[in-house]
Amino acid sequence: MYIKQLSVFIENREGRLEEVLDVLKQSGVNIVSLSLADTSEYGLLRLLVNNPEAGKKALRENGFSAMLTDVLGVKLCHRVGYLQELLEVICKNGINIEYMYALSTGTDDASIVIKTSDLEKAAAILKETAVELVTQEEIA
Amino acid sequence: MIWSKEETMSRAEIEAIQLTRLKDTVKQVWDKVPAYRKKMEDAGVKPEDIQTLKDLAKMPFVTKQDLRDNYPFGLFAVDKEELVRIHASSGTTGKPTVVGYTKRDLEMWTECVSRIAAMGGATKKDVAQICFGYGMFTGALGLHFGLENIGATLVPSSTGNSEKQIMYMKDFGTTLLVATPSYALRLAEVALSMGIDPKKDLNVKIGLVGSELLTEAMREEMHKLWGDDMLVTSNYGMSELMGPGVSGECEHMCGMHINEDYFIPEIIDPKTGEVLPPGEKGELVVTCIYKEGLPLIRYRTKDVTRLIYEPCKCGRTTCRMENLDGRTDDMLKIRGVNVFPSQIEEVILSVDEIGPHYEIILTRKDHADRMEIRVELLKETDSYKELEEIEKKIKSKLRIVLGLDAKISLESPNTLQRFEGKAKRVKDLREGI
Ligand SMILES: [Zn+2]
Repeated sequence: MYIKQLSVFIENREGRLEEVLDVLKQSGVNIVSLSLADTSEYGLLRLLVNNPEAGKKALRENGFSAMLTDVLGVKLCHRVGYLQELLEVICKNGINIEYMYALSTGTDDASIVIKTSDLEKAAAILKETAVELVTQEEIA
Repeated sequence: MIWSKEETMSRAEIEAIQLTRLKDTVKQVWDKVPAYRKKMEDAGVKPEDIQTLKDLAKMPFVTKQDLRDNYPFGLFAVDKEELVRIHASSGTTGKPTVVGYTKRDLEMWTECVSRIAAMGGATKKDVAQICFGYGMFTGALGLHFGLENIGATLVPSSTGNSEKQIMYMKDFGTTLLVATPSYALRLAEVALSMGIDPKKDLNVKIGLVGSELLTEAMREEMHKLWGDDMLVTSNYGMSELMGPGVSGECEHMCGMHINEDYFIPEIIDPKTGEVLPPGEKGELVVTCIYKEGLPLIRYRTKDVTRLIYEPCKCGRTTCRMENLDGRTDDMLKIRGVNVFPSQIEEVILSVDEIGPHYEIILTRKDHADRMEIRVELLKETDSYKELEEIEKKIKSKLRIVLGLDAKISLESPNTLQRFEGKAKRVKDLREGI
């Protein structure tokens, strides 16, 4: 139901992002999607990869602070207002959306990654609304 | 264990020894050291003016500058051929300070360090690994001969090659570690990276740390890494006086017992030079009363402490000096506020989400000092909010302790420099200071 996201702390310094990508490359971990906010001092690089455990291990061994976080991958249909309706349902139930970003699964459908306050509840609500969730296998 | 009967003498006995030895030392420098005689003449004092311990206050002070001015052997009280060893401390500015020992000086040094090591729990059963840099620095050889005299098995591994150090600890069954607190932290970190937990997989039960300040927070950090049952004590000394062995903590950890039959401590007001009554805080001034090579009288240590004369629970009657808050030489003046790096260290060590390593960077912009503190993030997180809260927590603790604002820079683990000897954690980039 959930997918494992790899979160990495990086200082906002030249070459740091590249180092992370290089570690993943060296260990044969493929990046499916990523998000990085524009901040001044440091950032949290959030990645969906084909093998999150291997990615975490490789990064930690190379001195990075890395962890796995459960997130939801939600499949969307191409229709005006669909995403808004979806979020409305979640928010109505008192769940906060902490962050979201686009997920490319290589198919024609659009998908998003969302992290909410009560992930279990959010997943249940989405299921009730007959929304299809992305599984870990789909990105592996 | 109490090593020598001299540690439990009555005050009257201690003072009798001190007076005899003080008189001898004053006569010795008057007779043998022209530079010293001149200092005494300038101060209008002759050897016969010293009749009681109180008369010590008539003697002029000696400072590090005097040693520099008389570089290298100008203050030595014996012919060069009587010297059996020379040490020097690396001067960050100008010439190093040079110290010399006669055969008897080395015997005295060994005796002093034996007492300090025994206070810290060392016995002949210990396997003592000395992770101080061997060489001109007095730390390593000082501890070396003292521990050897006790009968401990020495592993003189010096600094560097940390993985090999851990291998020795494991394979030789090291029970006692001599290191600076920062190197002890580093060694624990290296052990963990090798899959060896110092708490469970090593048997190091005694830490004799020195050459760098041991704060209470650092002692706690040592326990966290090396185990709660490790007895971590600090000891005090400086090469000008002898090296390590001037004083050390016993198992009660309530100040450092001074080897008073060899050193007379005084506390003065650093501004006026007046001697302060027992119990008051001020600058520690130490007189060597049994040294032949370099018997400094009233040496200004620049260290701030107070003296405690009440006998200790351990049975020793020697005077104790309170553990230092910081060394005056390390003190920083930031926006007019006096700051010891050790105060910042206490704050860093009290925040669980970050590691024990840090770097302080001082700059000046628009005529105002700026302080940046770089720390390593230990807590793994996926939340910006949490990162901001960690920063805020460090900032507000620093504001309470120092009354100053600092910029906190969070860094990935293992990015800050590690040290094998005395750590250099301050980068002062301010112009004209
Ligand atoms: Zn004691």
